[in-house]
Formats: sequence, structure tokens, C-alpha cells
Amino acid sequence: MPRGVAGLVLALLLAPVLALMSSTAAHAVDTLCLPDATHGCLAGTLRTEDGVLPDVTITVTDEAGAAQEVVTSETGKWNLRVDKEGPYTVKIDESTLPKDLVTDGEVKVTSKFGVTIPALITIRTENYSATTSKFDELLQSSVNGLRLGLLLALASVGLSLIYGTTGLSNFAHAEQVTLGGMLGYYLINVHGLGLWVGGVLVVILCAFSGWLQDRVLWQPLRRRGLGLTQLMIVTIGLSLALQYVYQYTVGARTVRVVQDNPEVSEFGPITITNQSIVAMVISVVVLAAVGYALLRTRIGRATRAVSDNPALAAASGIDTDKVIRLVWTVAMGLAGLSGILYALVTNGIKWDTGLQILLLLFAAVTLGGLGTAFGALVGALIIGLVVELSPVLGMPGDFKYATALLILILLLLVRPQGLLGKPQRIG
Amino acid sequence: MDNIQYILNGMVREALSPQTAAVAIAVIGLNIHFGFTGLLNMGQSAFMLLGAYGFAISIWHGLPMILGILFGFGAAFIFALILGAPTLKLRGDYLAIVTISAAEIIRYVGRSALLVDFTGSAQGIPGSKYTTAFDNLSFFGNGSFTLIPFNYRDVADGAAWVRVIGWILVVAVITLIVLRLRRGGAFEGIAQAALTALMFVVGIFLIFFLFPVPYLSSEWWVRFVAWALVFACTAVVFLLVRSPWGRALRGIREDEDAIRSLGKNVFAIKMQALVIGGLFGALGGMVYVLSSSVQPDSMGRSLTFFCYTALLLGGAATIFGPVLGSVLFFAGRIGIKYIAATYVPDSVMSGQQTEQFSYIVVGVALMLLVIFRPQGILGNKRELRFNV
Repeated sequence: MPRGVAGLVLALLLAPVLALMSSTAAHAVDTLCLPDATHGCLAGTLRTEDGVLPDVTITVTDEAGAAQEVVTSETGKWNLRVDKEGPYTVKIDESTLPKDLVTDGEVKVTSKFGVTIPALITIRTENYSATTSKFDELLQSSVNGLRLGLLLALASVGLSLIYGTTGLSNFAHAEQVTLGGMLGYYLINVHGLGLWVGGVLVVILCAFSGWLQDRVLWQPLRRRGLGLTQLMIVTIGLSLALQYVYQYTVGARTVRVVQDNPEVSEFGPITITNQSIVAMVISVVVLAAVGYALLRTRIGRATRAVSDNPALAAASGIDTDKVIRLVWTVAMGLAGLSGILYALVTNGIKWDTGLQILLLLFAAVTLGGLGTAFGALVGALIIGLVVELSPVLGMPGDFKYATALLILILLLLVRPQGLLGKPQRIG
Repeated sequence: MDNIQYILNGMVREALSPQTAAVAIAVIGLNIHFGFTGLLNMGQSAFMLLGAYGFAISIWHGLPMILGILFGFGAAFIFALILGAPTLKLRGDYLAIVTISAAEIIRYVGRSALLVDFTGSAQGIPGSKYTTAFDNLSFFGNGSFTLIPFNYRDVADGAAWVRVIGWILVVAVITLIVLRLRRGGAFEGIAQAALTALMFVVGIFLIFFLFPVPYLSSEWWVRFVAWALVFACTAVVFLLVRSPWGRALRGIREDEDAIRSLGKNVFAIKMQALVIGGLFGALGGMVYVLSSSVQPDSMGRSLTFFCYTALLLGGAATIFGPVLGSVLFFAGRIGIKYIAATYVPDSVMSGQQTEQFSYIVVGVALMLLVIFRPQGILGNKRELRFNV
């Protein structure tokens, strides 16, 4: 059905309702404005942070100076049909406003035929401080960035370890992050397990999935001598399949791990959910544990040795297959933990959540230096901060992920081995 | 029988669709990158998107179509230069990571609300804004028609055996063509080339005989142009890879240092390959949007991954692999979806789930393909120990 006809039918259906409403209410109502090929619409809602503003007169003036007046409805809405394309000035008649309000008073919009153009006028109560200072905003974004960075770090340390020990860029890694969130939804939200029990179970299940993957897929493929490029394409296939498995089972909607809304704490200018604080603490503890294990324990040293030079490590008696199996297990467990925490702090997880953060993970790993676990940690924190801070520092919000990727590309120009990488790896 | 006819009809429709042809063109470009040169370009969808944007935005803003095409190519050209300059000297995975990141940046920029007057932001550019110029070039007249005026329904009143024999013949012709292509030398000498071409024509006639699809003449026009371009691109690649330059490409894929020691400028040759493959991608992008609209989100990473699946299915580093792979990929996916929708009861798998099921099969198929038959249908295993 063409749009015009649909609009007409809608208008006919609504006409009696509107007529009824206009006869009972004294002031203007939510009439429809239907734009068509020779008319455009201007519309808006007048509201303060406290509520909507009915019965305010608005004057709309076109370029030639011809003025039209409308009055906002009970719900604060207004709209106007205009028969010219071009600039219009929308002005509030301040004498009809309630007292104690602050407003810019007017806004300029450009009408177009066939569409409804919103005209937004900011109105605040006098005692409302709308402008948080730049410094407070920076603080808040830094904390958000740190939070994102820590969660990315959990996943990217594993990604980097896998790259270091096997040389594989695992495109399915982000789907493991999604898996963590999805399992969290399934166990905690659907089956009502406690958050802590469920969380631990999720991590164990994810780690097991890593063990299983290496057992049935990656180790046999290594034995077959499949090249790294082929292996990488296998991970792409796995990632595609997993994404659609999530969509098949859970659907395309966003699901949440816990049903109730999180409680919020305030520290000066910083607002943060309690779950975020716990998530950050858990991340720091786990990352520290991984770091300690890598540096101080026997198996950690073996891992770093394999990562440095697999052939030499094997020659000096390290069971590389065992190390790689362990790396897969730990990496997937970390990814699962990252996933469930991500789902908790961002209020939900979706089949393509992993797809969205995959590039951030790669950016973090490459930025820090491919294959270095600590590089991935540093890279993840930088990427997290960049993503959250770039909108505050003037990048348009649409570009916050793009900024992170741009930084990655620029860094590769000057220092291709990454921040902590060694130059001989890039050859 | 009707169910089978319905499923096959859907598959043939999808196989002939202009978007299949468009992806085939992009895969031909990807084949130059990945198949012949061993460049791991994970951003082919960005080349497509840039081509589509250059084409659509120019025409939307009143420029002639030829300029639109040039802008599309120009955008892809510059993109290739920017991508290649920092990464072609590094190891392969860097190119992969940079191209996939750059492709995402392009998509984010296209989606940005700031550029709504140019790219239409996340809504994209509707086809009506730019396809008129192309449609006006059509010499197919008006109305709707089927390509071949007679079909199986005219023979013996459309009895089932006519169809069955037809299907067997189609399978036989396709098998023969594939065997000839695999054996090599299908185009050596005029007699061989004519025979292969004849088989192609017979196969296509058989398909139109068995699956009479009436389209509007404008739809035929898009399909005609799209497939003509596919064959033109195939011919170009055929000539390119037989040239000394083409041999240098394979040499770089096999052993970069050896080529360098012969005094070739490896960086320059890789860059040329990246640019040329990217231009094919841009052309594919323009064809992709001719029958629909420019949607940044439909030309994201998944499209690149589908391109790889199609390439590996047909056979990387072969001439006809990209075309065969694209056709089989799209027809196969729709086939899986229709089969699941027809034969699996709704209580087990809902209509929506059949779509997702088909993509799960695609992902698993990609894995199995790479593990068990990395050379694809037409490829040569010895040539394909590609490692970057």
C-alpha cells in the first residue's frame, strides 16, 4: 500500500476519535499532521525535566515573515502543516509559559515536503543545572572507559595468548563473550540460579567449551598441518555459525542476566551502578591472578616460552599441546567471564554483541602488540578509554568505535609491532 | 513434485538475481587479492560500499551516471591506496585486521547522522533516488516477459517426466562443464572454447525452459547488465592472470622473497593487485545496489565473510571459481531455507528460524570446506597451500 493511502486510511480511522477528543477538551489535542508530496510538517514536544507543558503558544514564522500559531496539547505536543520548503523560525510565546522556566525561546528548522521535521526547544526549570562541567563529564567517561577497558582486557588477554601460542587470529573469540552473557541469561534469568553461583557456573562452562573446542577441533587441525590462514577462515565459519545459533535459540532481542534494575551509587560527580563496581573489582582481581600466574608459576613460564618460540619450547621438554589446551581453556573462561560481566553492566546481551566488540578486541590486541598478554591488557584499557572519552572530547557520538579503530591504523603506521611487541614479529 | 518445483524455482531465482551477480563480481576481485596474490583482504564489503556510495550519491545529487561510476571507482582506488600503504610491507594478519577495521570505519561514517544529506545515514539511500538514469538506458521495452517463450508446460502438458528429464539434463550439463573446467584447457583453441561456450548456452536455455520466470523488463535489464558484467570481469581476470604480471602475482603468493630477488618491486605489485581487486569490488557494489537500495548495514563484515565462503566454495585462484561459488552459495542457502520451511514442521522450526538455520549451515559449511577441501570445487590443491 502506498504511503499516501496508508496515511489516508489512518486519518479516516482516527478522525472520529479526534473529533470526540476535541469536543470534550477545551484546548488543543494531539491532532495528526500527515506530510505529503506538497506539504511538510513541523512537530515537537515541549517538556522540562519535570514534565510536559500544555497550553503554550508557539509561533512559526516563515522566511517571508508570515506567522502561524499553534498551542501545545495536553501531552505537550504540537505540530503544524506547512506548504513551503525552507527555513522556519519556531518561537515560544513566553507569556504563556509557566513561571520559573528558562528557555532559549526559539529554534530554526528547515522544512521539507513529505517528512515531519522535529523542532526541539530546550526548556529547563530555573534551578536545574543542565550543564555538568566538562571536568565532571571527563571523570564520568573515564570511569566508564576504565570499566569497558577492563572487560575488554579479560577477553583480549585470552585472544592474545591464543595468538601467541598458536599464531591464530581467532575471529570466534567474541562469540565466546556472547556465549558467557547468553549462558548467564539462561542460567540466572531463566532458571533462577543465584547471581554468584550462576556466574561461577557460566565461567566453568565457558572454560569447558574452550577445552572441548581444542580437543575436537583445533588440536586435530594442528595435527593435520592446516595453515594459519585456513585456520583463521575456520574461525570465521565458527563465528558465523555461533551467531546464528544464538539468534536461532534466543532470538534477535536483547536479553538480560538479572531482571531487576541495578542500584546506583554516586561518588561526587560520578554515577555508577553497584554491579559495575563489583564487575571492575572482579576484573582487576582476575587479571592480576592471570598476570601472576604468567610471571611466577611454572605453567605460566611454560606458556610464555611457547608463546615466544614454540619449536624451542618443545625442544626443551615443554608439552606444547598441553600448554595450548590450557590456554584455550583459560582464554574461553576469561571470555565467558567478560561476557557475563558485560551483560550485567550494559544491561543486556544480544546475538551480535560479540560482533560489535570483536574489532575492539582486535584493536586492543594489535595496539598492545600481537601475542603479548600484558600488551593486550594495556591495549584494552587504552581502547576502552578512547571509546568512552572521544565523544566528550568532541568526536560525534556515532564515531566512538571508529575513533578506536582509527587510532589502531595510525599506530600501525608508526609502530607496527604495537606498544609492547617485539619488532621481529612483524616481518 | 510441486514442492520440489517450488524449492528449485526459488533457488534459480536467487541464482539469477542481480545481487548474486554483484557478489560474484566482488568475489572475482577478492580472488585477485586472496586467490592469486595471497592478500588477506577482510574488507571487500567496504570496497563495495564505497562503490555503491560513489555511484548513488553522485546521481542523487544530479551528476550524470558516468561520473557516478567514476566517483565510485575513485573512492575504492583511494581507499586501496590508504589501506595498502601502511600494511603491505607487514605480515598478512596486519592487512586482515586493518582492512576489517577500515571497513567498519567506512560503515560507521556512512551510518553517521551528520552525513544524512549524502549517505542517508542508517536508513541508507532508497533505489528510487539513483536508478532512473540506469533504467533509462534499457532497450528492453516495457512490460513483463519470460525470456524463452516456450517452457516445459508446453511439452506433453507439463507432465512430470518432462521436468525430471530436464533436471537430469541440467545436472549432466553442469557436471560436464565443471569437469571440463577442472581438467583445464577448456578454452584452449577455438574448437574447445566454442564447445564450452555451447555447453554454457545449452545449460542456460535448459534452466530457463524448466524454470520460466516472468520478470518486468526493467528487472530483466538489471539482470542482463549484471551478468554481462560478470562475464566481462571473468574475461578480464582470465587475461590478467595469464600475463607476466599475473605470474608475478602467483609468485608473490608462493614466495615473496624469490620474486624480490628477481628484481621485482613486490610492494608495487601487491598494491596494484589490491587496487585492481578493489575496483572489481566497487563495481560489484554498484551492481549490488542497482536493484535495491544502499544500506550500510547490509554491506558489513558478514558480506565479506559470504564473499570468502563463495570464493572458497568455487575455488580460489581459479577463473570460474568465483562465479560458480557465488551462484552455488546463494542458491544453496535459499535451497536450505526453503527445504527447512517446506519439510520441517513449524513446531520444530519456525519460519524465522529457517532463515537462521540456513546461515548456521553456511557457517558450518565454510568450516568443513576449509578443513576438508580448501581448493573448493574447481581449484587445484597443489596451488593452494596459501599461507600469508
